[in-house]
Amino acid sequence: MATANVALAHDAAHDDHHHEHKETFWNKYVFSQDHKMIAKQFLITGIIWAFIGGLFSVFFRLQLGFPNADLMWLKPILGRWIIETNGVGQLDPEFYLALVTMHGTIMVFFVLTAGLSGTFSNFLIPLQIGARDMASGFMNMLSYWFFFASSIVMFSSLFIETGPASGGWVIYPPLSALPQAVNGSGLGMTLWLVSMVLFIASTLLGGINYITTVINLRTKGMSFSRLPLTVWAFFLTAVIGLLSFPVLFSAALLLVFDRSFGTSFYLSEIYIGGEALPNVGGSPILFQHLFWFLGHPEVYIVLLPALGITSEIISTNSRKPIFGYRAMIGSMLGIAFLSFIVWAHHMFVTGMNPFLGSVFMLLTLIIAVPSAIKAFNYITTLWKGNIVFTPATLFSIGLVSLFISGGLTGIFLGNSAIDIQLHDTYFVVAHFHLVMGSASFFGMMAGVYHWFPKMFGRMMDARLGYIHFWFTFVGVYMVFFPMHYIGIAGFPRRYYSWTTFETFQGFTDLNMFVSIAAIVTFSSQLVFAFNFFYSIFRGRKSPVNPWRSNTLEWTTPVNPGHGNWPGEIPTVYRWPYDYSKPGAEEDFIPQHIPYAQTPESNLPHEQELVKQEEADAKANDEIVVEDTNH
Amino acid sequence: MENLQTQEFTLRPLPTPQDEVKPTLSMHPHKFALWLFIVTVIMIFAAFTSAYIVKQAEGGWDYFELPPIFGINTIIIVLSSITLHWAYLSAKRDNLQQNRIALFVTTAIGVTFLIMQIIGWRELVYMGKFFTGGNASAAFVYVLTAVHGVHLVSAVIYLIVMVVKALGFRVHSKNMLNMEMSTTYWHFLGGLWVYLYLFLLLNN
Repeated sequence: MATANVALAHDAAHDDHHHEHKETFWNKYVFSQDHKMIAKQFLITGIIWAFIGGLFSVFFRLQLGFPNADLMWLKPILGRWIIETNGVGQLDPEFYLALVTMHGTIMVFFVLTAGLSGTFSNFLIPLQIGARDMASGFMNMLSYWFFFASSIVMFSSLFIETGPASGGWVIYPPLSALPQAVNGSGLGMTLWLVSMVLFIASTLLGGINYITTVINLRTKGMSFSRLPLTVWAFFLTAVIGLLSFPVLFSAALLLVFDRSFGTSFYLSEIYIGGEALPNVGGSPILFQHLFWFLGHPEVYIVLLPALGITSEIISTNSRKPIFGYRAMIGSMLGIAFLSFIVWAHHMFVTGMNPFLGSVFMLLTLIIAVPSAIKAFNYITTLWKGNIVFTPATLFSIGLVSLFISGGLTGIFLGNSAIDIQLHDTYFVVAHFHLVMGSASFFGMMAGVYHWFPKMFGRMMDARLGYIHFWFTFVGVYMVFFPMHYIGIAGFPRRYYSWTTFETFQGFTDLNMFVSIAAIVTFSSQLVFAFNFFYSIFRGRKSPVNPWRSNTLEWTTPVNPGHGNWPGEIPTVYRWPYDYSKPGAEEDFIPQHIPYAQTPESNLPHEQELVKQEEADAKANDEIVVEDTNH
Repeated sequence: MENLQTQEFTLRPLPTPQDEVKPTLSMHPHKFALWLFIVTVIMIFAAFTSAYIVKQAEGGWDYFELPPIFGINTIIIVLSSITLHWAYLSAKRDNLQQNRIALFVTTAIGVTFLIMQIIGWRELVYMGKFFTGGNASAAFVYVLTAVHGVHLVSAVIYLIVMVVKALGFRVHSKNMLNMEMSTTYWHFLGGLWVYLYLFLLLNN
């Protein structure tokens, strides 16, 4: 075959290039430039962060569910953050705020941005588009190590005397700017900002790489209309990140100047203890605008990869082509575009002009359209499918469920009038934990279960996977569903203590229930951790294509080396969703099988493409002859 | 590796009218990545200048005349773009001696620009427009010039690398990637400064 010759010549050069440096422990596992290893580094760092972030939520759920319980037994872990009054140990109120802040920061940025995008964009983009590696392996390595540095800085802020940042993950000034307001706004906040700057650098380095790779390094025949939906999702996620993270950088930089240099971008006429601060004429609302210009797209940076992963897994495991491939791409494009023009719905109660509010309300509600298209397409793909219930399938279906139930409450919150009642209540917490937190988490878990065999060459235990799924699925609904009720009743978020309010006395039981559910859900993640780390070393050896999937990553060896394919890169002849095609022998036809080999299942217009394939092969033959002369 | 890649690309058959075997983008990945980086820089300044407009619209804004040195600097940066384009053209025509001179001159002008910006800050201080303590209108001028300056420092470093490459005979018509990339980046930063200057001029 002609194309092979060209590719082989290319590979030979490639191999020469790589023979020069030996594989040592350091450049294989630590400073690796191989996208697969970098993906694993992101994944494992992300899992560690997820456990830290989850543990924090357990701490503050203890406070909320059991307000007067004795927490002295936490003293060995939390030390002076447990304050003793009358022999009863209580969580320090400022530390409670720090826990909430760090839980949000860790989960949104470190787990669901770096852990999700970093893992799966890195791992799947080159494998699914047929590339040997990312456009720039070096930049990719830098991307991980910036993330690592950022993680170290954030982690170290947990241990300083004044505590980590505690002004909420949205770090609104003046709260985040003034150490006089809350201790965490001192050194803790400084470290938070340093960490985020490193994090932004990491995200941008990664994002530039993802976009370049998808556009420049697709294998032959891999047109945009044949890309797996995962790659579409990662691509759009990277585009969103590229446009929104620099804005967070600008916002953070101005905040740094206000905090540490004495400028007045956000701070104005503040008196503390009767004494005026020097800052004059700043506008805290300006910060909110800049922050949410990143903050809202960030929601989709977190969610889109999960949706892409789900598309792939649901189609593979219901043994059916994805319903509405082009509609899926269109709705992702729509979501990506709309995500930039709805940010002010987070700010309805900042005294915004009601007319402006209604414009943002309209734009926000329009997002329901592409979201609904996606939800319907998942359901119609599953409909009458020959569903294989792997843990990955269950988590994907779980995502669809959470996406719908959490998305519906978004329609309430998007109304600027209803938001007056619901703003800053547990209704908001319930909404975004279902639709953004849990849904993305489920997408991430689905991805881990599905691509674990490709990552480590071994299978995860399915039975433990089912246990993990059911505990998590029931658990998150038990945690977040009751929050809607207390939210509608006006229960405010971020309050350390609520028992003194007459109105909320009736919610003691519900809060206790939520806390117990949270602890159970968190504990069931240990099943996953065991399964994951045990299977890396001791799991059953994986076959080449365990899920009988169509995409290119399953054409590589079980343990692909650096360069992914030992021989030539396969050419792509068809879209990735030829499952259960009528007339075909198997119920799947991988992307690299030419139409010429499947005459029994070709549709009339595909039969036409066979001629095209032959013509192309001939054209390549002629060119290679020239090439050998050269 | 990069040569092989472009070669492989040119070997491909011409695109057919159908959806079949479309070649991927012909731009070099690094160059494409540079354009994406430029997009991020644009977003940073889009954020700053929108913040500027929003803040100004809220009132209590201190209007003042920019020191004339910023205007002179605008001319200087445009001049450096012209000399860099000269370097680019001479590399393309394999005129290595001229290429070296032009690269060196551009680097020197770049450094001059940076020094002049700092002098501009001194002028602002003499005018009583300080970075801290005062009105945000003055602070914004410092932030915009400083963030632009930091990017320009990176571009100057890139140019110094180019000078070293040129002295080692590694910049010529068959090896234009870095020459093209540094030119793109420099023109972008020059254009960005012209935008910032006009923006500040029209809003003060």
